[in-house]
Amino acid sequence: MISRHQIAFKNLLRKKARTFLTLVGIVLSSWVLVSLLGFNRGYEAALNRDIDNMGYQIMVMAKGCPYEAATMMLQGGAGLRYIEEDVAKGIETRPEVAGVTPILMQAFFDPNKGDGGGIAGYYGVDMQTFPAMKPFLRFQRGGWPQGSEAAEAVMGFEAAELEQREVGDSILVPEKNVELKVVGILERTGTQDDGTIFVPLKTLQRVAGLDKITTIGIKVKKDADIAKLEAALYQLPDMQVVSFSQVKQTIMKLIATARVMVLSIAVIALLIAMVGVVNTVLMSVMERQHEIGILKTMGAMPGDIFRLVWTETLILCTSGGVLGIGLALAFARLSDLLVRRVLPYAPGGELVAIDLKLCALTLVIIVAVGLLSGVYPAWKAGRVRPLDSIRGGL
Amino acid sequence: MTPGSEIILEARGLTRLYGRGSEQVQALNGVSLQIQRGDFISFTGPSGSGKTTLVNLLGCLDNPSAGELDVAGRRIFGGGAPLGERDLTRIRREIFGYIFQNFYLIPTLTVAENVALPLAFYRKPGVEGEVDRLLALLGMEHRRNHLPGQISGGEMQRVAIARALVNKPALLLADEPTGSLDTQRTQEIGEILQELSARAGLTIVMVTHNPALASLGTRRIEMRDGQILDA
Ligand SMILES: Nc1ncnc2c1ncn2[C@@H]1O[C@H](COP(=O)(O)OP(=O)(O)O)[C@@H](O)[C@H]1O
Ligand SMILES: [Mg+2]
Repeated sequence: MISRHQIAFKNLLRKKARTFLTLVGIVLSSWVLVSLLGFNRGYEAALNRDIDNMGYQIMVMAKGCPYEAATMMLQGGAGLRYIEEDVAKGIETRPEVAGVTPILMQAFFDPNKGDGGGIAGYYGVDMQTFPAMKPFLRFQRGGWPQGSEAAEAVMGFEAAELEQREVGDSILVPEKNVELKVVGILERTGTQDDGTIFVPLKTLQRVAGLDKITTIGIKVKKDADIAKLEAALYQLPDMQVVSFSQVKQTIMKLIATARVMVLSIAVIALLIAMVGVVNTVLMSVMERQHEIGILKTMGAMPGDIFRLVWTETLILCTSGGVLGIGLALAFARLSDLLVRRVLPYAPGGELVAIDLKLCALTLVIIVAVGLLSGVYPAWKAGRVRPLDSIRGGL
Repeated sequence: MTPGSEIILEARGLTRLYGRGSEQVQALNGVSLQIQRGDFISFTGPSGSGKTTLVNLLGCLDNPSAGELDVAGRRIFGGGAPLGERDLTRIRREIFGYIFQNFYLIPTLTVAENVALPLAFYRKPGVEGEVDRLLALLGMEHRRNHLPGQISGGEMQRVAIARALVNKPALLLADEPTGSLDTQRTQEIGEILQELSARAGLTIVMVTHNPALASLGTRRIEMRDGQILDA
């Protein structure tokens, strides 16, 4: 016994090259579609994750170019100018503030790092406030230094890997020739913390010969009026205020154009695939005019023929969609790399976030578009009259 | 008409006009005829005499311009509102099987699948095992898993016959069934049709140019200029 699905399937195999090319079109468009949808969601999520992982929502630093400051901050660069520690105490008294943490960023030139030397970034962090603000930092081994002036350090996952350090080893601060004992190594976070070496603030100040800081991290109370706090902070002289909600907005604006383009590409890809499907199925209906007429003489109703042709479209689109989504999943990290090269700022972690829901959504879109494309050819096939087939034959 | 015989199909004054631009061609001109169950009718006549037009009307594949047609006691044409496409499809699959000069097998389906094809759309009760029975009857069992491209023209027509018969039609319409076959194959197909008529009591309406094939019919009807010539 032969089913309609088998008939439809075998018909697709008749013109293998044509079916294959149509399939390639559908595969590519669903690949592009699911990747771009994944990017659209993943990018914002990654950005939010990055910002949440900062532990604080506002940073105050010495004045500079705001974009530079934002980028520097998210990429973990060193602040250029210094702030008095008292400023932090002043900010802490404001009602919107849940807590502040003073930070000293220092970069030392390490001639032994890589080829021809490199920069080693150190974060002097306050042992009372910083770990409390970042409770989500998990240690692979060890923990935070004991005591606010201990000559101890915590290494980010990548920093430890790069320097090949274990808990108990010591590291030498370049330029200063000060030895610090590694007491903790963090788990990978996917953020700039991975490449950072954390040292108690007082220790780093001593090493650097400074009593100032570069940055103040401010944790805002839940439901507090951030805008009001920002306005107050702007009044501080020579101070640069970076709010992550602003940073996020700025970055989202920067990539908005890219996202629009990306979605246009997805729509165009979909349209091309659609035209391909209409063309393929319509051509195969035209070629089979006689056969379809014969099916009618056998007792096939217009609806039977419609479903038969529609089934072909369904098979094409479903298999193409599944294949495309599979490829998108398999090469998601490759898409990540590609996106990273194109974007002005890319947060850590997965940028192209494809989950089951998105796969299902894409498949639904592809199949819906495919079925829509199949309506006209299928309707046309349904209207073939039995006589049409016999006429040409005699 | 022998007593007790059943009239399966009756045409009265069937007329078919084709519009050709402003000009009209009268392909069929008031044909009346009765077909009884078990008849094996062969239509002959010169090309263009209206044979195809007539059998298409008898087989409910086309609508007449005028006249009446009753099939199995039911008025199909000429009784008020014409039947719609769905009703015609129901009549066709209930009553008729069709074969043509071109076999129109589906090239991607095997012989057995082609024979079973009508069952994908409609399945008369009691047709279980028909595919195998017909393949055996027509001597095509050994070819059942071959594709149409792998068998000869005569074999293709046998497959087409099996396909036309799988839903146990009352009447087989065959328009030049051997038109594209050589003498040898024509004879084989003729024998098959004769056997179906004689043994299974199948009613057959056949159009042919071939005198030998035509002579197999139990009733021979000659056509000329859209009309039946009285013998
Ligand atoms: N679809 C059509 N349109 C116009 N004229 C047609 C059509 N089909 C048949 N005819 C004309 O009707 C006449 C009868 O044709 P047909 O029934 O095919 O004859 P036969 O089968 O005996 O050769 C011919 O003159 C033919 O040209
Ligand atoms: Mg003819």
